Amino acid sequence: MILRSRQRDRLMRGVLTASAVLAVGVLVLIVGYVLWQGLPVLSRAFLLEPPAKMGRAGGIFPTIVGTVLLTAGAVVVAAPLGVATAIYLAEYAHQGRLVSLIRFGTESLAGIPSIIFGVFGFLFFVIYLGMGWSVLSGALTLAGMILPTIIRTAEEAMLAVPRAYREVSYSLGGSRWQTITRVVLPNALPGILTGIMLGVGRSVGETAAVIFTAGASLRVPHSVLDPVRTMSVHFYLLAREGISMRNAYGTAAVLVLSVLAVNFVAYYLMHRHLARLRGAGR
Amino acid sequence: MTGRTGGANGSRGPVAVPGSEPGAAKILARDFKFWYGSVPALKGISLEVAPGEQLTIMGPTGSGKTTFLRCLNRLNDLVPGTRFEGSLLIDGRDVYRPGTDVDDLRRRVGMVFALPIPLPMSIFDNVAYGPRLHGVRGRRLAELVERSLRAAALWDEVKDRLGDSAFSLSGGQQQRLSIARVLAVEPEIILMDEPCSGLDPISTLRVEETVEQLRGKYTIVFVTHNPQQAARLGGRVAFFYLGELVECAPAAQLFTRPRDRRTEDYISGRFG
Amino acid sequence: MKGRESLIRRLLMVVAFSSLSLLALIALFIFAGGIPIMVEEGPVEFLAGTRWAPTRGHFGILPMIVGSLWVTAGALVLGVPVALACAIYLSELASESVGRVVKPALELLAGIPSVVYGFLGLVLLVPLIRKFLGGPGFSVLAAACVLAVMILPTVTSVSYDALRAVPSAYREGSLALGATRWQTIRMSVLPAARSGILAGVILGLGRAVGETMAVIMVAGNATLVPLSPLDPVRTLTSNIALELGYAAGKHREALFATGVVLFLIIMALNLVAGAVAGRGKVR
Repeated sequence: MILRSRQRDRLMRGVLTASAVLAVGVLVLIVGYVLWQGLPVLSRAFLLEPPAKMGRAGGIFPTIVGTVLLTAGAVVVAAPLGVATAIYLAEYAHQGRLVSLIRFGTESLAGIPSIIFGVFGFLFFVIYLGMGWSVLSGALTLAGMILPTIIRTAEEAMLAVPRAYREVSYSLGGSRWQTITRVVLPNALPGILTGIMLGVGRSVGETAAVIFTAGASLRVPHSVLDPVRTMSVHFYLLAREGISMRNAYGTAAVLVLSVLAVNFVAYYLMHRHLARLRGAGR
Repeated sequence: MTGRTGGANGSRGPVAVPGSEPGAAKILARDFKFWYGSVPALKGISLEVAPGEQLTIMGPTGSGKTTFLRCLNRLNDLVPGTRFEGSLLIDGRDVYRPGTDVDDLRRRVGMVFALPIPLPMSIFDNVAYGPRLHGVRGRRLAELVERSLRAAALWDEVKDRLGDSAFSLSGGQQQRLSIARVLAVEPEIILMDEPCSGLDPISTLRVEETVEQLRGKYTIVFVTHNPQQAARLGGRVAFFYLGELVECAPAAQLFTRPRDRRTEDYISGRFG
Repeated sequence: MKGRESLIRRLLMVVAFSSLSLLALIALFIFAGGIPIMVEEGPVEFLAGTRWAPTRGHFGILPMIVGSLWVTAGALVLGVPVALACAIYLSELASESVGRVVKPALELLAGIPSVVYGFLGLVLLVPLIRKFLGGPGFSVLAAACVLAVMILPTVTSVSYDALRAVPSAYREGSLALGATRWQTIRMSVLPAARSGILAGVILGLGRAVGETMAVIMVAGNATLVPLSPLDPVRTLTSNIALELGYAAGKHREALFATGVVLFLIIMALNLVAGAVAGRGKVR
């Protein structure tokens, strides 16, 4: 009896370890394979020149511009809205029907798939508001997508600021807004930045929402109402239409590196910030 | 000056203290009751504190001492679901009167907490935090910071490193920094909530010395759970127990001839 | 000063409603775009019709509903056990330092764009399936595999957090009674973490249902009800993404209607996930 359970224990431990190795291994392999195939394609020309022959040759410069514009635009819109919402949730209202409603909205938004955002953006920005396929439509749609992430992370960051700091500020005659701007926000900033970086990471990789709102033009846009193609859309089109596997790998490598870099910065910021608060706060 | 007992054990008569002028009280509590939700924390406190006086509130944990302090500067407003009855007057005006400028009240009624809580900034910025809230800048700010640090007996130790992080100070120094921080907003009343509870004996003595020097210039309410400390500080002592003010008398009288059995038990260490 | 404070508070409250307003706006436009044709064709015909030939007036999305079901179920069957095993390994068996390295690594990998997963599925997995299992390679199986890999980081991460949240007293008590590690995990730790793990699974489920680009690249996109895992398949999401670019008139409306169905499914999943997570917290 005891022997059997010990055998089973060892068996299960083996299974679990193997599964973990498998899971992590597959993921690492994916990144490794993309980089292995794609890094050789990268060169100054690839990154700085526009594509030729619909992407069969040349570089991916306009798509890099597109990704940067859309992501920056999304952050510019979503960050203030998200941080303000988080301030309200963390510092002003804590419970009650109003707050539950807001949280419901935020959590639901977080679960909505990108294609629905794409359809919405198409219906609302491109058609109803008449912006057409444009940087503006794409950026606003992406802003809606990353809003929940920013709200969630910013709120957590603010709640992590020790309550004692607020009490000190209030006891010295500080108003609520003064306490928020002079004590809470400065200490929550790294966490808030992490949330923004996570949003950036998501925007960079987004395809479905972008393709139906920003279009797929290969020209560098001159105004916010011009259409633009992002790296992920370019990559998708190259791969699916079989235009150029080589350039597809190259684009994928840039994409993967960008996302990894952004997320790495985000987590590094977060961990350093948490360590500082934990070590310093009493 | 009167201290009255309230509560179910029956009242004893008011205890008159010489040298007082009725009507000139800085702090006046009239049958003040306070609840956290449905839990009563203060069951009818009535006491007076004269301007420039130092009152020590002594009692075991849970007796309502901290609650009373936090009502005086309305820091309890931050806790949801509280309720009060009776009145709490400072300079003759009800603290809870609608329309009261709470921020200004908190500036005038400063508080030093039990654990020194330095803000995550430099020593200078900690002390300057309060005045900056109220628009003080430049030269005047620097002078105010120096004056406050001197009054808290910390200036000589930190004058060469005002830009260092406040966390580089020892526990006792941090607590004196908290005192300097409060002094910098030029309050009239200073509430001290067991400020020595986290400190070693030497730092405790330094803080007590500072309190002694502040007496007279500021009205001080000092909370402690330690009868020896209350005895050392002198002045009048109010004994709180389970939300009631049991008795209030000058230290010498309270410790040698306590009127209430509970006071006697507490002083002799039978509980608390 | 006081007036300014209450103004700030009111301003912040208005802004705080932005997420809820956006949600309402999305619902409004999606429904406005899609409900008319659903009503016109009749919801039953729309949802249960097996022919999707919009240029000829056939708007039945049953093949896509079945397709989404198959693919999502496959993703869960393939992905959840591995993710759970990985989470258990990290939480219960691996040393602290391994967990500290692997968990952030997993979260980093969760950020890889879906098109990259789809692409690798296209160039690596599809030919493999075609060669060793037959069929066109573009199949339910391919899509399920790709989705399983995609939801791995999410489900692992949430399950890991749920397992870590179980107090060590549970483990110590069980081990003190002489149980082996595996017995402890199976009978003491897992049940305690059950609702958290379930929440993670539902999260993964939501991601799988909503995934579009990766599925398009490996699923084959035939508009027939798939009868075997090796058959090509089209999901609700792919349906929209493939045709929205060139659809017009009623065809386009039918795609919006597909969006309505998808939206409702996702909202239902959100509510279930919320209820599960809420129940776990009360416990």
